[in-house]
Amino acid sequence: MMDKVKTNPLKNGIAAVRKDQHIFRLVLMLIAWMLFLAITRFGRFYSLLNFQTMAAQFPEFGIMALGVMVAMITGGIDLSMVGMANLTSILMAYLLLALTGDDGGLPAYAIPLVFVLGLGIGAGLGLFNGVLVTKFHIPPILATLGSGEFFIGICMAITGGAAVSRFSRTYARTINNRILGDMIPVQLLIFIIVAVVIWFFLTKTVFGTKLYMLGTSPKAARFSGLNTNKLLLKTYLTSGMCAGLAGLVMMANYNSARADYGGVYTLQSILIVILGGVNPLGGKGKISGVILAVVLLQMLQTGINRFPAISSYYIFLLWGGVLILVMVLNFFTERNDGLRFKKLVTTKF
Amino acid sequence: MADSLLKVVDVYKSFVGVKALQDVTFSIQPGEIHCLAGENGSGKSTLIKIISGVYTPDAGSIEINGRQYNKLTPIEAINNGIQVIYQDFSIFPNLTVMENLAVNSELSEHRKLVNWKRMRTIAEDAVSKIDFDVDLDELVGSLSVAQKQMVAISRALIFNTKLIIMDEPTTALTKREVSNLFKIILKLKERGISILFVSHKLNEMYEISENFTILRNGKVVATGSTKELDAEKFSFHMTGRKFTKRHYRVERLSSEPMFEAKQAGVQNGFEDVTFSLHKGEILGVTGLLDSGRTELALSLFGMRPIDSGQFYMYGKPVTLSSPKAAIHNKIGFVPEDRLSEGLFLPQSIADNVVISEIDRLTKKAGLVDKEKRAEEIEKWVRELAIATPDPNNLCQTLSGGNQQRVVLAKWLACNLEMLVLNGPTVGVDIGSKHDIHGILQDLAKSGLGVIIISDDLPEVLENCSRVLVMKAGRIVADLETDKTDESVILSYMM
Repeated sequence: MMDKVKTNPLKNGIAAVRKDQHIFRLVLMLIAWMLFLAITRFGRFYSLLNFQTMAAQFPEFGIMALGVMVAMITGGIDLSMVGMANLTSILMAYLLLALTGDDGGLPAYAIPLVFVLGLGIGAGLGLFNGVLVTKFHIPPILATLGSGEFFIGICMAITGGAAVSRFSRTYARTINNRILGDMIPVQLLIFIIVAVVIWFFLTKTVFGTKLYMLGTSPKAARFSGLNTNKLLLKTYLTSGMCAGLAGLVMMANYNSARADYGGVYTLQSILIVILGGVNPLGGKGKISGVILAVVLLQMLQTGINRFPAISSYYIFLLWGGVLILVMVLNFFTERNDGLRFKKLVTTKF
Repeated sequence: MADSLLKVVDVYKSFVGVKALQDVTFSIQPGEIHCLAGENGSGKSTLIKIISGVYTPDAGSIEINGRQYNKLTPIEAINNGIQVIYQDFSIFPNLTVMENLAVNSELSEHRKLVNWKRMRTIAEDAVSKIDFDVDLDELVGSLSVAQKQMVAISRALIFNTKLIIMDEPTTALTKREVSNLFKIILKLKERGISILFVSHKLNEMYEISENFTILRNGKVVATGSTKELDAEKFSFHMTGRKFTKRHYRVERLSSEPMFEAKQAGVQNGFEDVTFSLHKGEILGVTGLLDSGRTELALSLFGMRPIDSGQFYMYGKPVTLSSPKAAIHNKIGFVPEDRLSEGLFLPQSIADNVVISEIDRLTKKAGLVDKEKRAEEIEKWVRELAIATPDPNNLCQTLSGGNQQRVVLAKWLACNLEMLVLNGPTVGVDIGSKHDIHGILQDLAKSGLGVIIISDDLPEVLENCSRVLVMKAGRIVADLETDKTDESVILSYMM
């Protein structure tokens, strides 16, 4: 039997958080913001309903951020998340329209079918990105920028820019529902499932290890016999599936689908991933950081809404500013890492 | 010694409690070629950085042209005519050769407009100084490692310098380029320019330098005239260890060849290459830089699939269309550029060791089998004596020799039949080089087919039982190493 060293789990937790600078920073920011809100707007922020509302709001961009994270770990990026999400939701909205009965209800198989097909469409669109990146060697940032516009364009062409709605309310009601004794929003559950699946792939499987290695050095990956094209195809397939799911969640939240929903999410999901400590050059990043960043962003957004003097039109200003600030902070932490590394080397000799 | 160009007196330097240099004293006369030698971590780089003003010594002083500096800044060093050619070349891969060569003088003269004619003249002049035959409009990024270094050397020669510090300038050069470089160095000497030549190759020290200084653990352990140095003394001073040379002898040669190439060729690489490799032997492949040896190495690993001829393993034809196919056929490859091709430096040693065999370390559905993985890592770190307190440390914390062991470990873990090594000990210190040779010889004895592609002739002669000499894409000689010597091989290479 192994002897388990008795230690204080709280202390261990704090030590683990302090070890990772990005996580440490995020936790500090989160605590600071929550304290600030506690002092200034306690009653209007700290209520069960408010937290439930937030938990129903962040999954749609949170799931997108998880997809972007996977792409960024390989050293790429996915700027077509919103396009893929909207195309998926519009196509599925038409399907729901067709399935909606005269009584306004849906057949029992409708929602599972929408999810299966939605994931499939997302996967197909992601694969399209993957082919652009692997077969035609287009840098991911350009490939997905182009395909994102292209997907939105398809949405426009199909819908003429109008919202697709009037499908059965059963869909929105099901997803906007809360389960487990009316506590947990279904959207949050979907987010948790996606997060667990991606966490599992990244940390427990060979695929995850290979992704990190590929992101570190595509050249060394090739010389190690990794099939880099296959890995990248799978990467963009994964981000496409995340986009598809996010689209389905958005469709429930708005009870409709439209070509220009969620326009702010492209920047926001990248902000989250960078904030979460994923290295935009690839090879580094943990899902825990990204989840913390998702929560932090939602808290910021909701918290600011509690100050009526600040218009929600400032949200672009805020997200852009935070993204630049975080990158500048990263510059300093990376530099410190560099210094520490140097020390490590010199102490070896 | 009053008229020394450069004098380093009682210099101490430490980093967070570690003494990098202790009581280092040495001097260079004008026009002297001085060799500075030492293993990795001996303090060579620190000393260079102190001379060039990058680091300030904790104690001691530097005298240039009789003027004493306690604190030398990089600008003062450059103004005193000190130029350093670092190992990483400091070049712009996305610019052409001409632009790389001319950019500094264009900038320092504060020119606002680009004069292409002038740039071309500067560049032509620079490359002709070392008889460097290169297309000036070629992008530097598409040049070979050796050519890149030649660009860096040409560029340093543009400046009117009094002392050129060359940090292991010959590591990636071919024999001919090295002798070219040596000719240049001698010409520079005639003009009164001093050279501080950092190297750990004894034959080069003999050939070019008059005096030497050897550092070990931050201290000067030997200094004096190169004539008084011999191989045994040299490796003892360098490492503090005594070595015995181990010439590889084939013990059990399989009767059937394990690997054969018949009339193999790759466009713009090599043609009509036919050879066979038997179990138990170490086959050397040597040749000049453009002889096709690197292309052959890449083809054997499926990085550049052959477009004519055929490879065979145990008599059966095999198609090596990708690295994955090569690994499937149990062929491993240690690439030329360890840092960019062989390793994932910012990742853990552990992941680097298991990455190529990771598909086998699974339970079901691609799940990593943690125990198997840990066992493999433990096994290979132990077997190849990789010096690390914890395999979860990053690979970049290791020294060059240990990094190369990680590359070896990665392939040995794959349970290979054949291992191709392209420059297995480039940039590796003597101690590790000796150990790596030992490992390769033991592996060959235990039945692994080994092909060493190298232009380090002593290495080839010591380790290989047979050597193929390549020239202009063809095999021009197939020699048994115990019946030949360096001069014979060289005559075939040139």
